[in-house]
Amino acid sequence: MLTMIGKRLMFAIPSLIGVVIVTFLLTRALPGDPAAYFAGPAATKEAVEQIRKKLGFDKPLIEQFFRYANDLAHGDFGTSLTTGQPVATEIRNRLPASAELTLLGLIVSIAIAIPLGVLAATRPGSWIDHLCRVTTTAGVSLPVFFTGLVLVYVFYFQLGWSPAPLGRLDVFYSAPPTITGFYLIDTLIARDFEAFRSALSQLILPATTLAIFSLAPIARMTRASMLAVLASEFVRTARASGLSPATVIVTYAFRNAMLPVITTLSMVFSFLLGANVLVEKVFAWPGIGSYAVEALISSDFAPVQGFVLTMAVMYVLLNLVIDILYGVIDPRVRLEG
Amino acid sequence: MKRRDFLKSVSGLAAGAVLPAAPGVISSAKADARSETLLIVSEGGPNNLDIHGVGTNVPGYEVSWNCYDRLISHEMKSGPGGVPYYDRDKFKGELADDMKIDDMSVTFKLKKNAKFHDGTPVTAKDVKWSLDRAVSVGGFPTFQMSAGSLTKPEQFVVVDDYTVRVDFLKKDRLTIPDLAVIVPCVVNSELVKKNASEKDPWGLEYTKQQTAGSGAYKVTKWTAGTEVVMERNEDWVGGPLPKIKRVIWRMVPQAGNRRALLERGDADISYELPFKDFQEMKANGKLNVVSLPFSNGIQYIGMNVTKPPFDNPKVRQAMAYAMPYQKIMDAVLFGLGNPMFGAAKDKATEVAWPQATQYFTDMEKAKALLAEAGYASGFETTISFDLNFAGVNEPLCVLVQESLAQLGIKATINKVPGANWRTELNKKEMPLFTNVFSGWLDYPEYFFYWCYHGNNSVFNTMSYKSAEMDKLIDGARTAAATGDKSAYDADVKGFVDLAFAEVPRIPLYQPFVNVAMQKNISGYQYWFHRRLDYRAMAKG
Repeated sequence: MLTMIGKRLMFAIPSLIGVVIVTFLLTRALPGDPAAYFAGPAATKEAVEQIRKKLGFDKPLIEQFFRYANDLAHGDFGTSLTTGQPVATEIRNRLPASAELTLLGLIVSIAIAIPLGVLAATRPGSWIDHLCRVTTTAGVSLPVFFTGLVLVYVFYFQLGWSPAPLGRLDVFYSAPPTITGFYLIDTLIARDFEAFRSALSQLILPATTLAIFSLAPIARMTRASMLAVLASEFVRTARASGLSPATVIVTYAFRNAMLPVITTLSMVFSFLLGANVLVEKVFAWPGIGSYAVEALISSDFAPVQGFVLTMAVMYVLLNLVIDILYGVIDPRVRLEG
Repeated sequence: MKRRDFLKSVSGLAAGAVLPAAPGVISSAKADARSETLLIVSEGGPNNLDIHGVGTNVPGYEVSWNCYDRLISHEMKSGPGGVPYYDRDKFKGELADDMKIDDMSVTFKLKKNAKFHDGTPVTAKDVKWSLDRAVSVGGFPTFQMSAGSLTKPEQFVVVDDYTVRVDFLKKDRLTIPDLAVIVPCVVNSELVKKNASEKDPWGLEYTKQQTAGSGAYKVTKWTAGTEVVMERNEDWVGGPLPKIKRVIWRMVPQAGNRRALLERGDADISYELPFKDFQEMKANGKLNVVSLPFSNGIQYIGMNVTKPPFDNPKVRQAMAYAMPYQKIMDAVLFGLGNPMFGAAKDKATEVAWPQATQYFTDMEKAKALLAEAGYASGFETTISFDLNFAGVNEPLCVLVQESLAQLGIKATINKVPGANWRTELNKKEMPLFTNVFSGWLDYPEYFFYWCYHGNNSVFNTMSYKSAEMDKLIDGARTAAATGDKSAYDADVKGFVDLAFAEVPRIPLYQPFVNVAMQKNISGYQYWFHRRLDYRAMAKG
């Protein structure tokens, strides 16, 4: 298994090199002159030139690229001009925020979508099937920032149930000492239950927003694959043998319906990371999505490159995990295959 | 992991994922902290804590203003609506106890008890080092210093430990005011030198991340793009000890959420909201909304005078009569702006800036002027704007487009991304555009020097060149330096009249800076930099 993982990682190297080259070229092709932007509103032509020189943009493109590649090899992602911080530190600090939110969103979504899909499949055409169809269609049709704003308006502004949408913690709590970077876990380790509650209540609305958006693919995929499995012969055999409906559905049918659902989950996870960008904007969430967008708006090369690269690495790892999970769930699937 | 275990854990996860809904409970200690803390929410935050840094953005100026001291600052006077407004002509000492102006120099005596945040006393060598730094680092700070004829390190002389002299290169009325802007702040030279390197002799990397000043506040935590936390400096001597102990400044990108935070009472103060929100908040009266005009600032429509059709003054005048002025005031600004049009025919030109033109919307006159210029059937052009300020610029350009269509002028709207806007301005190729210019130093000749002078600075966005205009602007600058009031008045009136007759740019309105705050927040002051001064604010 370890050699398999090593092999898979080797295959990822060419695609990562490709990503490095493409992001480098794409960021250079962006309109706008970062030197003019950062020279400020009152800059003279000489001041702009000075800044261009300082940033190394006066060098030929190929030299800029090799310098960039060399820095990357040394673990240096460069420095963001908009925030003034090294990109690697920023991504390290912000990735847990995005990951915590995305994972929680996904968990909420799974918790709702899978039972809903299973129920819809066992009672096709019933009210629960229609409910499944309506909720998922509505969820996927609403843009995430809109869902987010509506939730803020209703639960924060009108009802006052939810805390102010001001990021990961209430303004007056201090962040727990960083161990995992996930506030829910770190606050528990630090035994700071008040902060835990604050972190959790800050997470509920954004996680729900993401969950609503990702219900559809999971629920629909569960339903479709359950329907296919329920119609298959081994289920009929199990039923004919007099097994209880619960055993038939959970032990026999659901397990076999999991594979396509897992594939969908990996897809959902990656597009949730994308949807995160907007949710982070709405909830002032200090994640990497909002960071990348800010950078893009101000033609700030380094963070954009760092962001794309991080995402690429995460996709590679995610696919690897999914492949391994296949093997765990279904012995017929072999990594060699 | 075994297949069965995995399956079990997944279903366990699904079952256990029902979340408890727990609203944040605030303990009493936290409530106390709240009453001494000012919570500010805004769209953007600083990218650098030092105004001398490379590409420090405008929010960064606010940090510098509150965390560093200058030699001198301005007194306050009562502004529009009774709001304290900085007094352009009156100075007071901040680090300086005493200021003595001679013919070709000015001497400052420093306060002997002033200390930096780390406890080292503020001495004359710190002042010299900081001013040297401002004129040497290049970019914006050096440029701003040069606006007051402060360009060479030799100009700053240490007389003794607590006395500094600034020598004038030439007589310039703007030298003293330029020492009271944000840039000439005094930095802890020993501390920064310790953290400087050969590549970075001025220690810009160090001061980017932390404040090293003697100001009323110091930054204790800064997470770029998320929040800035500032604590009061208990030993501040630059003025009376501020009432606010702690300032938390959070970045909230969504304007709607910022308004919600204010209306729910969670945030204390915010700016950068859409005009419509400000106007509604003003109307419902739950919050204090302060709206004050930008000093020395105008939003205008500029025309490139080097290329047809706008090289013809008749066409430009026609454009000035075709602007939908009142519609812009009502539908774009919701009344939050000072009209810069429609002055009475018999109103004499004043020695002041900004002032209103005598243009008003008159489509018949515009048509006649266009016909005279030989464009009776109109022409095609593009109107460009900066997407960073799309909230105002976009509706404004649409209204202009509609209005021009009545003259047969087909204007295509060109939206320029913020990062690209300055590059485009610098190229000076856009035929028609809207933009704002506002000067820190509130003097007419300062505005005209940047915007209308033939030396063609970035802000002369129209590429306007006129020998007569240059003569009047230079004349006013000389007259101001020598104190020749009658020559100065004549020159100022002259260049204003000329700018209105030739209209290379059409003034639309003087924009307002809008700040919304809770009713229990007092002490807001208007400064030329239009950012917040926490030192005078109080809560409760």
